Amino acid sequence: MIKIDKLHKSYEMGSSSLHVLKGIDFNVEAGELVAIMGSSGSGKSTLLNILGMLDNADDGTYDLDEMRIENLDEKTAAEYRNKFLGFIFQSFNLINYKSALENVALPLYYQGLKRKDRQKIALEYLDKVGLKNWSTHHPSELSGGQKQRVAIARALASNPKVLLADEPTGALDSTTSMEVMALIQKINNEGKTILVVTHEHDIAMMCKRVVNLKDGVIVEDKKVKQNIIKNV
Amino acid sequence: MFNVERWKEIFQSIQKNKLRSVLSGTTVSLGILIFIILFGLGEGLKNSYSDLFLRQANNVVFLYTGKTTKPYGGFKTNRRIEFDNSDIADIKANFSDRVEYINPTIRYGDNIKYKLESYNFSIQAVSPSNQYIEGNVLMKGRYINEKDIENKTKVVVIGRLVARDIFKTEDPIGKFINIGSRSYKVIGVFQDLDGDNEESYLFLPYTTRQQILMGSDKVGSIAVTFNPNLGGKGAVKLENDIKTFLKKKKSIDPSDPSAIRVRNVADELERSMQFAGALQIIVAFVGIGTLIAGIIGISNIMVFIVKERTKELGVRKALGAQPSEIIKMILTESIFITSISGFAGMIIGIITLNSLDSSLQEYFITRPQVNLNIAFVATLILIIFGVIAGYIPAKRAAQIKPIVALRDE
Repeated sequence: MIKIDKLHKSYEMGSSSLHVLKGIDFNVEAGELVAIMGSSGSGKSTLLNILGMLDNADDGTYDLDEMRIENLDEKTAAEYRNKFLGFIFQSFNLINYKSALENVALPLYYQGLKRKDRQKIALEYLDKVGLKNWSTHHPSELSGGQKQRVAIARALASNPKVLLADEPTGALDSTTSMEVMALIQKINNEGKTILVVTHEHDIAMMCKRVVNLKDGVIVEDKKVKQNIIKNV
Repeated sequence: MFNVERWKEIFQSIQKNKLRSVLSGTTVSLGILIFIILFGLGEGLKNSYSDLFLRQANNVVFLYTGKTTKPYGGFKTNRRIEFDNSDIADIKANFSDRVEYINPTIRYGDNIKYKLESYNFSIQAVSPSNQYIEGNVLMKGRYINEKDIENKTKVVVIGRLVARDIFKTEDPIGKFINIGSRSYKVIGVFQDLDGDNEESYLFLPYTTRQQILMGSDKVGSIAVTFNPNLGGKGAVKLENDIKTFLKKKKSIDPSDPSAIRVRNVADELERSMQFAGALQIIVAFVGIGTLIAGIIGISNIMVFIVKERTKELGVRKALGAQPSEIIKMILTESIFITSISGFAGMIIGIITLNSLDSSLQEYFITRPQVNLNIAFVATLILIIFGVIAGYIPAKRAAQIKPIVALRDE
């Protein structure tokens, strides 16, 4: 599903340049649930941004579902993000003045769907994350866990090939973290490819594979015995 | 532009962010409102000035005589110059292409009597042209005509106040009043919009007066109206030509300043209108200042709005919004708000001016109104600047990478 080869990325910091990714080789098959681990500054967020087409690599190649991602202009990048990727952020990034349903329907708006169809699909996904009865509520009326579940429904709404989650439990307490990870496991079991960036070891152990990043290189890449969450 | 789905998005954004929408709308409305009201008041000042001068004919040159101050052509200094009937005929003959009416006037005072009561009013012996030059409006009867001049009839036209004082409720037409030792028949009553003073006159034919003065052919002053197409410069030239002509005829030194004097109403009017025009320029300046303040206000708010929405725009981009879609969304929203509130401000301004119409007359403001085109253009300018002010930050926001926008906490 994802194939990257010798990926390099550096940032200009005034006169000096900071080499963040130093040749990453990394493949993800369809249906995998991969945790990308590392302390801050290890380059894990940069890697996720490049995978999410939110940022460009300096060197190396990136193929998504056997399609070469390179030299994208803003317009194509937006189109690809909309079609192929779903994002889950640490701070949820819901739009405050829209209801849960409208937030979930937003990616479908950019796919050009009619309002009725959008709302129908959005409601299905809200149901999937267990928030059908909260569809008319605004983000300010939802708890953190509920917000993140709305965000997951939104990421799923456009039926993307890959879900990219950046510290999805970073702003949540441990109980709600469990809920959210259980949801992610459930979605993965239905066949969706998911990448989770985290710095928490127990969250990583809830995935099927852990990739450890340190100073811009992969130091460890192993399958793990998944810690399956039950009955939350 | 007419994408129903986008309009729905925009209406939601406007509705859910009421404070922001109302703030930017009010800035635009207020800018236009103040501009229109100031502009209208300026126009009202100008109207007051033109009303003051335009009621009487303003294409008039008054000619007066005095005493010579320089010896010339064998005459000594201090000679009294007087106009006579031949001067009228000569002006008529020599300047017929530029002159419309000629009105000789003889002013004098005399005892006015009706049924044993005596009255004191100004008396002027004039020609029929006087009606046009003074702007007299007949209320009853008729004015002096050419037959009266020819036959030297003893008739008199009286002002409204004269009629009221002498005849009370009686109908003055056909009655006889005594001026000096002679009896005159009242043939007409006139009113004059320039005020009470102008309505306290008695006018009789100048030839009748000359006959009473033992067949004299002298007249006091001469008023000449010129063809309005001459314009300001043409009028001044005509004035000088007539002066030169009369000085030569009466053997006066061409440089003598006081033997023949001229007063040009158009000149005075122009000076006053210049003052009114300057006032309007000042007012317009203040108005334009308000407009600029409005433009700066709306620009500020647009920059602030885009800044405030940076994160939302980042989310939208991450979810697949294309940069052009972001720009279109912000621009349509700003055009929508500025247009609605701009035209609302314009309409409120015009209604306010109309309702002020007559209540400000005591402050020397008459018919304060604004040219619809000016109001429209001013509104359009504000809308266009609102759009430009929205476009610049919108374009920048659309180009920010989503990660940068999302990092911005």
